[in-house]
Amino acid sequence: MAVVLVDAGGTNIGSVRYALQRLGVDAALTADAATIRAADKVILPGVGAAGPGMARLRELGLVELMRSLTQPVLGVCLGMQLLCAHSEEGDTACLGLIPATVRRFAERPGLRVPHMGWNGLSVQREHPLLHGLSAGEQAYFVHSYAVPLNEWTLASADYGEPFSAVVARGNFHGMQFHPERSAAVGAKLLRNFLER
Amino acid sequence: MLSRRIIPCLDVRDGLVVKGVRFRDHVVMGDIVDLALRYRDEGADELVFYDITASPEGRSVDRGWVEKVARVIDIPFCVAGGIRSVHDARTVLHAGADKVSVNSPALERPELIAELAAAFGVQCVVVGIDSLCDADGEWRVRQYSGDPSKTRALARRTLDWVAEAQCLGAGEIVLNCMGSDGVRQGYDLEQLGAVRALCHVPLIASGGAGAIEHFRAAFVDADVDGALAASVFHSGAIAIPALKQYLQAQGIAVRIP
Repeated sequence: MAVVLVDAGGTNIGSVRYALQRLGVDAALTADAATIRAADKVILPGVGAAGPGMARLRELGLVELMRSLTQPVLGVCLGMQLLCAHSEEGDTACLGLIPATVRRFAERPGLRVPHMGWNGLSVQREHPLLHGLSAGEQAYFVHSYAVPLNEWTLASADYGEPFSAVVARGNFHGMQFHPERSAAVGAKLLRNFLER
Repeated sequence: MLSRRIIPCLDVRDGLVVKGVRFRDHVVMGDIVDLALRYRDEGADELVFYDITASPEGRSVDRGWVEKVARVIDIPFCVAGGIRSVHDARTVLHAGADKVSVNSPALERPELIAELAAAFGVQCVVVGIDSLCDADGEWRVRQYSGDPSKTRALARRTLDWVAEAQCLGAGEIVLNCMGSDGVRQGYDLEQLGAVRALCHVPLIASGGAGAIEHFRAAFVDADVDGALAASVFHSGAIAIPALKQYLQAQGIAVRIP
């Protein structure tokens, strides 16, 4: 199985790659359109801001390619946000594969932003990506912007308000948390994606 | 609900984990990867590695062990020590660290915090602060605390530095209360509470953990997001699973893997 990591400059690329290696998959790191198109699975990691993230995909000439992919695609953290239509972060137009707007966490007393740490996942909709996930299992989040609940939400987490922790629409999947840093829970969800 | 984090801190010197008392007299505790794996298995939520001699010696953190840790560890970890530039931080982040923590170099040149936040996002940028109560009752910042012979007391008030660091783009603050570090009498709740009142990003308590009740007090009384400790975990005096069971029974949100 050919799994590729899209090299869009995210600093978590190494961690995602190691997590896949722990699952026995050696993923190629690439920005080459033909390699990405030919892959069985495509992962878009990402740490950073939406504006520079989209700018990097444009520079690499990968925007239309990403939109045209038909194999299973997984966006992680910022990568999930880039799959959405628009982000409030830098007022950025994103890939538009999941019709949702990424919003900054509202300022509330006692609510620290970024949302950083382990938080529980609640299944909103049964889906093979969530296979084996038990109620209350936690994943590691680090983000200041989030996707509100919408019809593509598979699992939610709560931080002042519920938000989308896992989304899927057709072949496009997203995880707001870092499965590569979410211990056994993360490994289980990554394995589920690899089996899609 | 977001869990409060339990964070073992591994002070690294020459590729080995060490621990001193009040930042002095370091003794070797073990191999980095072995200890990292042990804490992952016990249910640590995150790990912090401080290369305690990198800053005083003016050198950057060694990338080799960062990559070794990143390959085997599936929980987040932060690397601190000698990160003086965007280039240094990129090296460490690309080696697999999730966050970088800056301390002495940010005191030399505060704009480093803004540069790191612009390059990687605030979520990658932790500002570590070594703080001590002076004779006049004011908390002030210390620099180069990894080497007692080079440690400097600064005129900068800790509370002012916390406010400035947040403005510049700190995504998390680790407050090392040096007066309580290594003596196991509890976290400095008064100082943590004062910092909490003006800290809008995650705040991590460091220095003084000696008993499980100290963790509860830090979370309940000082409302910190995470509690960091070293010697009590390294020595086995506190086992993380038992600590988390206790905290959960006290009504504190924790992750029990």
